[in-house]
Parts: sequence; structure tokens; C-alpha cells
Amino acid sequence: MRALAEAYLIGARNGFQQQIQYRVATLFAMLGFLIEPVVYLIVWTTIAESQGGSIAGFSTNDFIGYYIAWTLVRAMNISLTPYVWDGRIQRGRINDHLMQPWHLFHRDFAMFSGWKPVWLAWWVPLAALLVLIFQPQLNPAPWQLPAFFVAVFFGYTLRFILLYLIGMVSFWTTRASALFEIMVAGEMLLSGRLVPLELMPPWVQSLAAWLPFQWTYQAPIDIAIGRRTVGETFQTYGWQLVWIAVLGVSLAAVWKRAIRRYSAVGA
Amino acid sequence: MEKSDTALLGGGRMISVRLTLSHWRIAAMNELQYRANFFVQIIHSALSLAVGLVAIWLVFDHTTDLGGWTAPELLAVMGVHVLVGGLLKTLIEPNMRRLMDDVQEGTYDYVLTKPVDAQLLTSIREVKPWHAVDIVLGFGVLTYAVIDLGRTFDVGAALLFAVTLTAGTIMIYCVWIMITSTAFRVVRSDEVLNLFDGFYQTGRWPISIYPFWLSGVLTFIIPLAFAVTVPAEAVSGRLNPNTVALAVVFCVVLALVTRRVWAINLRHYSGASA
Repeated sequence: MRALAEAYLIGARNGFQQQIQYRVATLFAMLGFLIEPVVYLIVWTTIAESQGGSIAGFSTNDFIGYYIAWTLVRAMNISLTPYVWDGRIQRGRINDHLMQPWHLFHRDFAMFSGWKPVWLAWWVPLAALLVLIFQPQLNPAPWQLPAFFVAVFFGYTLRFILLYLIGMVSFWTTRASALFEIMVAGEMLLSGRLVPLELMPPWVQSLAAWLPFQWTYQAPIDIAIGRRTVGETFQTYGWQLVWIAVLGVSLAAVWKRAIRRYSAVGA
Repeated sequence: MEKSDTALLGGGRMISVRLTLSHWRIAAMNELQYRANFFVQIIHSALSLAVGLVAIWLVFDHTTDLGGWTAPELLAVMGVHVLVGGLLKTLIEPNMRRLMDDVQEGTYDYVLTKPVDAQLLTSIREVKPWHAVDIVLGFGVLTYAVIDLGRTFDVGAALLFAVTLTAGTIMIYCVWIMITSTAFRVVRSDEVLNLFDGFYQTGRWPISIYPFWLSGVLTFIIPLAFAVTVPAEAVSGRLNPNTVALAVVFCVVLALVTRRVWAINLRHYSGASA
């Protein structure tokens, strides 16, 4: 167990150093990420204003807070995309890792986790700029900020496992990217990424309740902008952990079969 | 210097057109070998169109107009956005990526040693025909929107649409090649290109809904207002004649500036192999 912790620390440090080296690239990527929520923010505050200040229980101020919190959630939930698996499998690049004593998952997860401090460091000034431009009224309770970070971390873990699971499909077909795109479309509509789920028709909301997506976007955001009580926050963590467990167990099962199918190219 | 070179080959403009067409044909044939990519592209385009339509539908589920734009008018904007996006991804973006790769690897020498205008050759070497799916889809959405607007076919409007769309697309090309040609100086500007892709997404909505600082950027720095909103105004009959004049003038000015910037940047290319 201590050895695994050490492996995590080293993996995270590698990821951190990589991002520090490419910090300008990270800034540009981050700026690119900001455009999507800023567009939503402007569209929905415009509509809220034209409808007397709020829609479906969301005030103009709520929308501003929602999409600013969104930017941190997005920066933190970047995960290994399924595209990576195509290259790994086609070029036999996972061979080395299969010889290591730890599951490749740990190495990838540690590496991506190591990115987060660098992204966070860029996020702070950019978020401050957004607050300055859009001027939300912020009055979070003291517990909300740490509670938000915990939910963001669980959300990231959940999304990482989900994308990893989809990446596994590459062991069977070279067209896993199509499945990934379908997932992203689902995520757009069913996670609160495009709009808060309250704005969706009731049947979409009930569909979303059965899927993991909302726990990666809307749940953490809601905590940040004070739309969840302490009890609801713990409920959120509960659901996030349930999904992490379900997807984690599925991943372990799929990985076993996938690795059996894999015949190292270049061996 | 470039002018005299093309004249040597016996035909200025004509040879440029022929050169462009044969480059496009060869590049397209090369891509068309990979037929499965066609289906991947269809899935991709259909999904992003579906999400875009849902977004518009959600907006009008909660309001009757967005900053003075009705649902069919917004649909027209989206149609033009998809259409222009298809044009850019088919004809322009692949060339910009190729330019950056060549500069990084030092293979751009091969373009410079050819007896044709370097900017022309740089801009016509690659075509990604599968992205034309977006051109077709965008045109379909636009047609639906025009019918929904209750407008009958009108030669004047169609002409204005063609003029503003062409001018707008040229403007985007100009800005894009100016950004990319900075690759001669800083080598890695692909992150800037990704950012450009991000900015393109803002064009899905009429530029006028954005606050002035953002709409200013999207009109005169990254001219999405001219490339998407203005042609959409042309088909929905919202267009102010002054805007057309402004678009044409701005397009010409931008093209001239681009030519200068290109020449200046080109002098900074030193050839990685040298």
C-alpha cells in the first residue's frame, strides 16, 4: 500500500512537471475552455433578464455563478481521452506498462491528478477576471468552498473512470472515438454542462437521474453556488461514490478481458 | 518577384486557378480512399448538430426572442455557422495545420523552392472532403430556416448572401493565415489555433447578443460577425446595405494587410535543415 502511494506521488509529480514545462500551452487551453461557458452565460443571462430576472428558479446571478463555477469543474475534470487508446494499442505502447507492478490505471490517474495544481493556478486569475466582468453577488457559506472541492474531486474521479472504460472499447474496435463522441453529446445534455438540468423537460431530468453525468458537472457546481444544503451535499458525495464503485468494478472486469485480447504489436 | 515568376510560366491568374484545382483534386482523392472516415464524420456532424438544435430549442422553450432574434432567424445563424465551419475545415484549417507542421519539421523549404507564389501554394495543399458533410448539413438547416421564415426565393437576397458569405470566409482565412504565419517566428502556435477553434463556437449565436468588448473582438479581430451573422442577416432580410459595403471594404483591406504580414513573417523563416 505504501509502495502504491509512492507510485502515485511520483506519477503526480511527473504530470505536474510536464504541465509546468508547457504552462503557456496550458493557459491557451484554459482560455479555450472559458469560451464555452462564457457563451452559455451570456445567452442564459440575456434570457433570464428578458423573462423578468429568472427562469426555472435560476436568477441572472445564479447563471453567472453557475457558469463561473463550471470553469473550475471543467479544468479539474480533464481526463485521459479514449483517443489515446487507439495509439497505445496500435503502436504497442502499453507493453512497458504491463510489465510494471501497478495497474496502468494508477499511473494515468496519478499523472492527470498532478496536472491539477497547474490548472488551478491558471484558473484563479481567469476566474477573478470573469467575476470582475460579470459581477456576480457571491456570498458562499464557509463550508461551501471545501465542500465544492471535494465534490469536484469525486466528479473528476468518476469522469476519469468513465472515460477509461470507454477507452477500453479500443481493444475491440478501432472506432472507439465514435462512442466517445456519443458520450460527450450525452454529457452535454444530461450533466448540466450545456444548461442546468432544471431547464430541461421533466423526462430528460428523470433520464439524467439514472446516469452518472450529473454528478460530474451540475452536482459540484450546485454546491458552489449554494443550491444544496449540507444534507444534500453528503447525498451528492454518496451518489458520486456509488458511481465510482460501479464504474470501477466494471472497469476492472473489462480490463481483464481487454488485456487477454491484446497481443503486443512490435513484440 | 512572385508576379514575374508566375508570368514566366505563362499565365498569371489562369495558372493559379488551374494549380488550385489540381491540388484540390489530388488532395481530395488522397482522402477519399479512407471511406470509413466518412461515417465517422457523419456521426460527428450529426451529434454536434443535434446538440446545437437542442440548445436553440431550449432557448425558445423559455423565451420568444433572444436579443431581438426569433427562432427561425437563430436557426439561420446556426445553418450558416455549420456551413462556414464546414468550409473552413474542408479547405482552410488542414492547410494551416500543414504549414505549422512543415515549419516545425523544416520541410517548408519544399514549398519555397517551387516557382509559384508561396502563400497560394500554402493555402491549397490540403483538402479534407469528408468535412463537406457540414457544408451540406449547414445548407440544409439554412434552407429549412428560410422556409420557416416564410420567405420566398429572392435573387437579391441570394446574391447578397453569396457576396457576404464569400467576403466573410475570406476574412477568416486572412486572420487565420496571419496567425499561422507567426509560426515562422515562434514555431509553436498550434495552441493559438485551438483557441481559434474555441472562438469559432461563439459564432453559433448572433454576435450582437454579446457585450460590446466581445462583439468588437468578434467583428474586427476574429471577424465571425462578417462570416456568420451577416450572411444570416442577408437571408433573413435583416441586412443593412451599409453592412454589405463595410464587409466588402473590410475584406479588401484585410486581404491587403494579410499579404504584407505574410511577406514580413516569411522573411523570418530560416529553414530548420539549414
